[in-house]
Amino acid sequence: MITKRIIPCLDVRSGRVVKGVNFEGLTDVSSPVELGRYYSENGADELVFYDITASFEERQLFTDILREVASTIFIPLTVGGGINTLEDFDRVLKCGADKVSVNSGAIRSPNLIAEAAKRYGDQCVVLSVDIKRVGGRFHVFAKGGREDTGLDAIEWIKRGEAAGAGEIVVNSIDTDGVKKGFDIEMLEAVNEAVSVPVIASGGAGSIEDFITLFREIPTIDAGLAASIFHFGEVSISDLKAALAADGVNVRL
Amino acid sequence: MIAIIDYGVGNIFSLYSSFKYIGAEAVLTSDPEEIRAADKIILPGVGAFGDAAEKLRATGLADVVLEQAAAGKPILGICLGMQLLFEKSYEYGAHDGLGLIKGRVVTMDGVVPEDYKIPHIGWNGLHFPENREKSPLFKYIREGECVYFVHSYFGAECADSVIAAVEYGAELTAAVSSGNVYGVQFHPEKSGQVGMKILKAFCEL
Repeated sequence: MITKRIIPCLDVRSGRVVKGVNFEGLTDVSSPVELGRYYSENGADELVFYDITASFEERQLFTDILREVASTIFIPLTVGGGINTLEDFDRVLKCGADKVSVNSGAIRSPNLIAEAAKRYGDQCVVLSVDIKRVGGRFHVFAKGGREDTGLDAIEWIKRGEAAGAGEIVVNSIDTDGVKKGFDIEMLEAVNEAVSVPVIASGGAGSIEDFITLFREIPTIDAGLAASIFHFGEVSISDLKAALAADGVNVRL
Repeated sequence: MIAIIDYGVGNIFSLYSSFKYIGAEAVLTSDPEEIRAADKIILPGVGAFGDAAEKLRATGLADVVLEQAAAGKPILGICLGMQLLFEKSYEYGAHDGLGLIKGRVVTMDGVVPEDYKIPHIGWNGLHFPENREKSPLFKYIREGECVYFVHSYFGAECADSVIAAVEYGAELTAAVSSGNVYGVQFHPEKSGQVGMKILKAFCEL
């Protein structure tokens, strides 16, 4: 039986992991290479790297780091952040990424998902969507959650799936950073609407939040989080042991 | 020396890194002489069957693989590279494969229950057939250990060749072998320590 995936997400800027990281036993906690290897060897089922660089020079640095990470970890690696064109896909795939996550770029260029899926296969294209409730409806937000596009999130995701997105990451702006649990209502709505795997993001604050996620939505595929893993608040091995004890099928 | 065939399909960089990690010498190559000189051959692949089969033929590498298989050299097809070993695939039309493994490649749509998502993406446990001896490819692997899958099509009508299966609402082919020719549907190079042990076992064949 397929297992539920636990995915840590690293934000990388100027070649370093940003957001606090607090691990014992790592010589350099801000090195994406060290941290990637740590997660890879300690139960993470995949890794996501977000490129939040601001300049061309930083982007080159990100590319170098990505190549190094990809050659030292042996679990799937997804790269997102600043993916706007097929050339961006090409650049990160050549560095060893397995999947590419698109967000604002797909909103700006309506054909990006279809063209990328055609060239690299559906399994390579991950549609990441930042969603917030506006007047009782789910709206897609762009530019890191700063701009309401007015797009209906469910419609947008269905269009993305039809165009060839092989997985959907749902980031709830409403629960992100609050650490009071995943946005079950929003995730359920998306999971009902599509037939490709759905990854929950935004709101995880404890092991209990992951247990609730997989209990409430048994067909959701994965849970993604950043700071709770980086700060060492929750270790992936403890999380997986707790999930297994609760009857969730995980890779131990 | 392991020759990883480079015919412009998929992420072969990770495969190269994996062999390096386990201490095996490997080379990415599209040179027939280099492939002939290697001890073992990896046929990788990601994407659509038709395109990949066409590229493999257009580069003349399909003939090299067939000739080396006939000469008894161990060959491992990975993911789409495994599917290419079959006689035929029905992914977007009908396409001929290399015919090194008896059977055909078909969609899992209609085979797995409707509430199962396609593609089959993620970590899933390997099951070894009870009625045959465990393949040397899995000598370091225990029943139920997880490997990473990403696929929508799978090898069918190949019961005699199946050396591992995976449960996804239905029993799907996870690995096949026929003589010196091996194929795995999953990605050992993305399957952590379990995957490294499978590649190590292949190197030791």
